[in-house]
Amino acid sequence: MTYLAKPKLHHPELPQNSLGLTRRDYEGAISTLCAGCGHDSISAAIIQACWELAIQPHRVAKLSGIGCSSKTPTYFLGQSHGFNSVHGRMPSVLTGANLANRDLIYLGVSGDGDSASIGLGQFAHSIRRGVNMTYIVENNGVYGLTKGQFSATADRGSKAKRGAVNTDEGIDLVSLALQLGATYVARSFSGDKAQLVPLIKGALTHEGAAFIDVISPCVAFNNHEGSTKSYDYIRDHNEAVNRLDVITMHTEISTEYEPGSVQDVRQHDGSILRLRKLAPDFDTSDRIAAMAYVQSRYAEGEVVTGLLYVSPEAQDLHASLGTTERPLNALGERELCPGSAALAKFNDALR
Amino acid sequence: MKQLQAVNDFVVKFANVNGSGSASANTLFAKSILRMGVPVSPRNIFPSNIQGLPTWYEVRVSEQGWLGRRGGVDLMVAMNPQTWDKDVAEIEPGGYLFYDSTKPLPAAKFRDDVQVVGMPLTEICNAAYADPRQRQLFKNIVYVGALAALLEIDPACVEKLIGEQYKGKEKLLGPNVQALRMGLDFAAKNLPAIGLKVRRSERVGARIFLEGNSAAALGCVYGGATVAAWYPITPSSSLAEAFARHCRKYRTDPDTGKARYAIVQAEDELASIGMVIGAGWNGARAFTCTSGPGISLMQEFIGLAYFAEIPAVVIDVQRAGPSTGMPTRTQQSDVLSCAYASHGDTKHVLLFPEDPKEGFEMSAQAFDLAERLQTPVFVLLDLDIGMNERLCEPLEWNDAARYDRGKVLSYEDLEAGKRFGRYLDLDADGVAYRTYPGTHPKRGAFFTRGTSRDRYARYTEEGSAYVDNMQRLLKKFETAKDYIPKPALRNAAKGSRFGVIYYGSTAPAMDEALAILEGEAMSVDALRIRAFPFHDEVADFVAAHDHVFVVEQNRDGQLRTLLIAEAMLPSEKLTPVLHYDGTPITARFIHGEIASRLSAFNVSPLKKTAAAD
Repeated sequence: MTYLAKPKLHHPELPQNSLGLTRRDYEGAISTLCAGCGHDSISAAIIQACWELAIQPHRVAKLSGIGCSSKTPTYFLGQSHGFNSVHGRMPSVLTGANLANRDLIYLGVSGDGDSASIGLGQFAHSIRRGVNMTYIVENNGVYGLTKGQFSATADRGSKAKRGAVNTDEGIDLVSLALQLGATYVARSFSGDKAQLVPLIKGALTHEGAAFIDVISPCVAFNNHEGSTKSYDYIRDHNEAVNRLDVITMHTEISTEYEPGSVQDVRQHDGSILRLRKLAPDFDTSDRIAAMAYVQSRYAEGEVVTGLLYVSPEAQDLHASLGTTERPLNALGERELCPGSAALAKFNDALR
Repeated sequence: MKQLQAVNDFVVKFANVNGSGSASANTLFAKSILRMGVPVSPRNIFPSNIQGLPTWYEVRVSEQGWLGRRGGVDLMVAMNPQTWDKDVAEIEPGGYLFYDSTKPLPAAKFRDDVQVVGMPLTEICNAAYADPRQRQLFKNIVYVGALAALLEIDPACVEKLIGEQYKGKEKLLGPNVQALRMGLDFAAKNLPAIGLKVRRSERVGARIFLEGNSAAALGCVYGGATVAAWYPITPSSSLAEAFARHCRKYRTDPDTGKARYAIVQAEDELASIGMVIGAGWNGARAFTCTSGPGISLMQEFIGLAYFAEIPAVVIDVQRAGPSTGMPTRTQQSDVLSCAYASHGDTKHVLLFPEDPKEGFEMSAQAFDLAERLQTPVFVLLDLDIGMNERLCEPLEWNDAARYDRGKVLSYEDLEAGKRFGRYLDLDADGVAYRTYPGTHPKRGAFFTRGTSRDRYARYTEEGSAYVDNMQRLLKKFETAKDYIPKPALRNAAKGSRFGVIYYGSTAPAMDEALAILEGEAMSVDALRIRAFPFHDEVADFVAAHDHVFVVEQNRDGQLRTLLIAEAMLPSEKLTPVLHYDGTPITARFIHGEIASRLSAFNVSPLKKTAAAD
């Protein structure tokens, strides 16, 4: 459908957010992915989340690696700077960008090939450093652009389109992110926009390393019988532990909740993560328990989704490094260059 | 036996065991001679090891101020039994051997043509100290005291240095001075005089004694670097550590105590350069420092920065390759891998500092160049400059100078409707305008990618758009010549049909070799290349001479290859002179190679001509 130009005229009554922007202001170019691709649903969820949060589009920097998922930043937030880097290396580029200007919102989009194979190291290290970012993996268990090879997140025993069975253990990025100290960890499904949009909103407002693993079926190569990342399989095995609402100062609170059925987590930026529990014993503040829960349900063949862990006391890399509040890219000679007098002293000490 | 007699012109070499605490004592020795006003040039020769393997410290004392490695040893301070035989063999005939005589050694372990100075260091220290660690550490200071007596170094100079070193740590000051005096007194009473002497001079002047890595790191501070990402690798690690040290001193916000810099020790070199590129894209001045293996690992990312046109500074402290090679030995062997780093057609700006001073200046300048040209810029240091203290002119800074942030459109520019196409060559110099992320709500956003795109940053695989872009990158490379340092020309007094081209750490040895050749009436004109791409002066220099020697510290004549390929110079006119055993090149080597080749061209040295008469 890439030959169709997007109409520039918008419906005059499209709803506007507090900035006076409509959802169309958060869109990008038309997708060149396959019709029905889960990734397009994730792009739509990102658009919805940014619109609902009334984020200024140009204050977002969107970064990606290489692969189908990494193409998607072209398809949302057209007024944001984007960076399509090299395969598996988005996390380091994002880290550097974040160091340069702590005031922007950093959205990293990656895939399972990009983050679980070639980029596993950078995925791990960006998370353990606590880079303030929203890191989304669009996880389909397969290499799409190179036509259907297994990726490292494919489950053992999952069947490829041409019949080969995966004999390698699958990498669970959610479990890794929990172990590595991500301070916001979620899993969702591209087919469940109602679950995904608030999870993205929570990640965007989280001031630390936020990771979301989104199962996103590949309609071309991994949506058949025997695949554990198909629409049907995930619908059948999706076990949501909670439902999230993100409440910001812009949000009107209209829903009423049964007393005791919700838990509120207040984040640094003032937003509130309001969780409605679905799994009665699941506690999003217990990292170790979350790891055990995800793994034990996986052993039963279930895919746990929802907000799995959040730390309200998140600290980001800038806090660890003690950098100035003013972005480093805004500092000039006056703040950076010690000048000739200091140099004369430096010389004197070396004689 | 005729003993060597020399004043302010000799080489002392210390043979030690790594990790024995000798480094600070040896530096103390070198600095005390400097305080006498006599130039010295010390070099660390060390293994890839933390403790136990042999390490050497070679100090050249030179009234004339020659700072290159001379070759040969006049006084060996043999403190390592492991390397005894080789160390003793290295002494020049008529030279001196200073050793710990506590344990008697058979006569076969010595040489007839070398004067032996034995001092029972272990015995003296065992008698004076109970703690084994103190016995070891103070042994080093005791021999410095003895050497001061033998060479007639003013003890007041040494004591003053110790005082400066332990300022505020008086507990350590007293025992060190005491150990020094122990050595001085013993030597004065018991040791024979030797023919090597240090006499006060005025040849050091205002010069400073500085390590190249520290200087380059300070250049990064002065050049406005705010983001450094690195991965530990010899011989570049001390550059990153020096940057951290300088930043703590010069870049801490006095009001808040917060850091005006961010340093990340990355998980590998790929992440290091990735962070540098991310920061450069987002408008911060960023650099990484590494060595050859790191450059190999960074190749893909360097191509991205070249093609997507992102400023990045890479300081390569070169060591001996290929592969792990000799990690603690020096070479100039990354010239080609940096010049053409990455797949596809790429070319990069290279800077070749000759000493710590230029290391400081070029590292600072690299950030202006990277932002002006929106491309990676390489500063090619090497271990010889980076990890040794070198006497050099004081560092200078012009307070009136402003950072050249290159072509960046601001909010006001965009608001005023300035034309923006990320890869649009508006000024016909090949350099387009860029915007930082987050600048303007409606204008100036673009997508950065390593894939081909048109002038407005839109993805395309159209052949003509691709070629248009690649041609512009070539034009930009030409533009670089307007900004990078020009070569330094030094014509011989009478001019010559012969020329020599050299660069980087070869400079001090070349200075001396040129003087020797000139003294023998075999003078050659010299051109020191300071940057790539090459200016027209380089081709002019080659055209103006019948023959040109290209002196390098690598096996394959990498700069010569670059001269032939990029400056279109005739290969038959360029004779490679190559030194690549991992030790720093010497004046003796350069002189020997050039003199023998000149004689093949029927140029006879003055002495030989005189003898024939």
